[in-house]
Amino acid sequence: MSDQTIIRFENVTKQYDNDPAVLNDVSFEIERGKFYTLLGPSGCGKTTILRLIAGFISPSKGDIYFNNKKVNEVPANKRQVNTVFQDYALFPHLNVFENVAFGLRIKKLKSEIINQKVIEALKFVNLEGYEKREIKEMSGGQRQRVAIARAIVNEPELILLDEPLSALDLKLRTEMQYELRELQRNLGITFIFVTHDQEEALAMSDEIFVLNNGKIEQSGTPNDIYDEPINRFVADFIGESNIVEGVMVEDYVVRFTSKTFACVDAGLNQNETVEIVIRPEDLEITSPDVGKLKVKVDSQLFRGVHYEISCYDEDGNEWLVHSTKKAIVGSEIGLYFEPEDIHVMRLGETEEEFDKRLEAYEEGSYES
Amino acid sequence: MKAKSRNYYLIPYVLWIALFVITPIVLVVYYSFFNIEGDFSLENYQKFFTPVYLKMTLSSFWYALLITFFTLLIAYPTAYLLTKTKHKQLWLLLIIVPSWINLLLKAYAFIGIFGTYGAANKFLEVMGVGGKQILFTDFSFVFVSVYIFLPFMILPIFNALDELNPSFIDASKDLGASSWRTFSRVVFPLTLDGVKSGCQIVFIPALSLFMLTRLIAGNRVITLGTAIEQHFLVTQDWGMGATIAVFLIIFMVVIMLLTGRRKRGEMR
Repeated sequence: MSDQTIIRFENVTKQYDNDPAVLNDVSFEIERGKFYTLLGPSGCGKTTILRLIAGFISPSKGDIYFNNKKVNEVPANKRQVNTVFQDYALFPHLNVFENVAFGLRIKKLKSEIINQKVIEALKFVNLEGYEKREIKEMSGGQRQRVAIARAIVNEPELILLDEPLSALDLKLRTEMQYELRELQRNLGITFIFVTHDQEEALAMSDEIFVLNNGKIEQSGTPNDIYDEPINRFVADFIGESNIVEGVMVEDYVVRFTSKTFACVDAGLNQNETVEIVIRPEDLEITSPDVGKLKVKVDSQLFRGVHYEISCYDEDGNEWLVHSTKKAIVGSEIGLYFEPEDIHVMRLGETEEEFDKRLEAYEEGSYES
Repeated sequence: MKAKSRNYYLIPYVLWIALFVITPIVLVVYYSFFNIEGDFSLENYQKFFTPVYLKMTLSSFWYALLITFFTLLIAYPTAYLLTKTKHKQLWLLLIIVPSWINLLLKAYAFIGIFGTYGAANKFLEVMGVGGKQILFTDFSFVFVSVYIFLPFMILPIFNALDELNPSFIDASKDLGASSWRTFSRVVFPLTLDGVKSGCQIVFIPALSLFMLTRLIAGNRVITLGTAIEQHFLVTQDWGMGATIAVFLIIFMVVIMLLTGRRKRGEMR
């Protein structure tokens, strides 16, 4: 815990009546000035975390700290946090200016100051000249910007974004991803972004929390999470993955599909059962005799940037390949990959154990 | 061809409107131009602008306003609490059920309750306040009227509150507004349409109440409704009765136009 910490969850559980916990014993820290993403399927508890930070609900167990002060029972209107809601929740009876000015009017600022701040905030989101417009006259993307302006105008320390891009079409969504990221850098405010879209999370975040069933499965930079998923859920949820069972023969040697391969993982028990992840884009199509795996092409889809080729090996494992080269359905092909492309996952390993193991063998490899 | 055959479906509707809406209005307007001797004149309209009738109009508006105000005062919090309950549809039904009972029955029930030997006086005696004249007062008139109109006010307000997106309330609190501020700046303005239609449904009939004025207020309160009834049934001055009716119709149209137009303006 450092001065940089703005939000800290300590063993927070949220449970409604006797239903299973929505959030189960979650602990994490959020640092100032970064872009965080809470990523997970619907019902994983990501929105619950957001509502806990915003103060709409309070934890059943555990404590939430804001700037090192416990805020469990502090109501939403007393917190230095603003939210951009999924449906934007712009007030339909107020125009754009009044929507943005709402928080400032509550604070009873002078009208000249309100004027100046609102116009500045609207300028920030490229909505100059839209002050007098009614909310109904704004398009989805513009409403999105108004909602962001309404949040940033209050100069909060933390902005929460609850799937704010989910209602936009693909093109606008991509555009807004860039804009949001830029906005966060320019403002230097901490953003916590909730989404179920893994591409969005990878593209925008400094750090991602992957959630499932009310628990944080893994946290880290987009690269960490993509390259080193900790378990089957994360590997499957973030990007496409080929996951097969294997056995760790010894350090740097793993066995799967009845063959042994060199890999870069170590620090596991001998002959431990593990799961192997190879990303589809790391598999390269070659001739059957050159490839490390011999597979039969089952089907092929053209995805625009690449072909998505589904193959089966002799053991019946499915291998998904992303390749710019076309394959012939029904033909035998070879698949080639580098030792670094093999990612070994221990069964039931927690994040802490994983980090420890990673550190231990990385140090070891530097010494040798 | 198609358009023609579609027009046939309109026949029952047009007939209904012609017979039961347009004809009565035309008749009322027609009768309003005849004085008590049966001669064509504008006498009735002149009479309407004499202090007697103007006072009556004023008192009609005043009581209708009082009734609407108290109905709203009770209906809004009730509707608000209803939306917070678990089985809100059931509670709503319970509140609406009394409106299915005949108005006359309810009026007579209140005569029993408010009468000299009624439950209300007994209660006051037990409390040590002693018997009071409750029936035939302004209080009992407004009280019973409010009781009768309450469901009609609760229903539109309840619907407006129920349809209110809860994330507006979250957003308001998120932006720093207290519960009271959230209510006055977000919840109330956004349910204003419900309040307006509720007020319309209550105010307009309250303007022309006549049975309650006699049964509960003992003819101490004379509204335009009472005056119409008296002219038609007692003094047999159909012309004057019709004239008052014409003015009532004009008032109602004006009120509906005023509340209706504002509603559309706010929505956009």
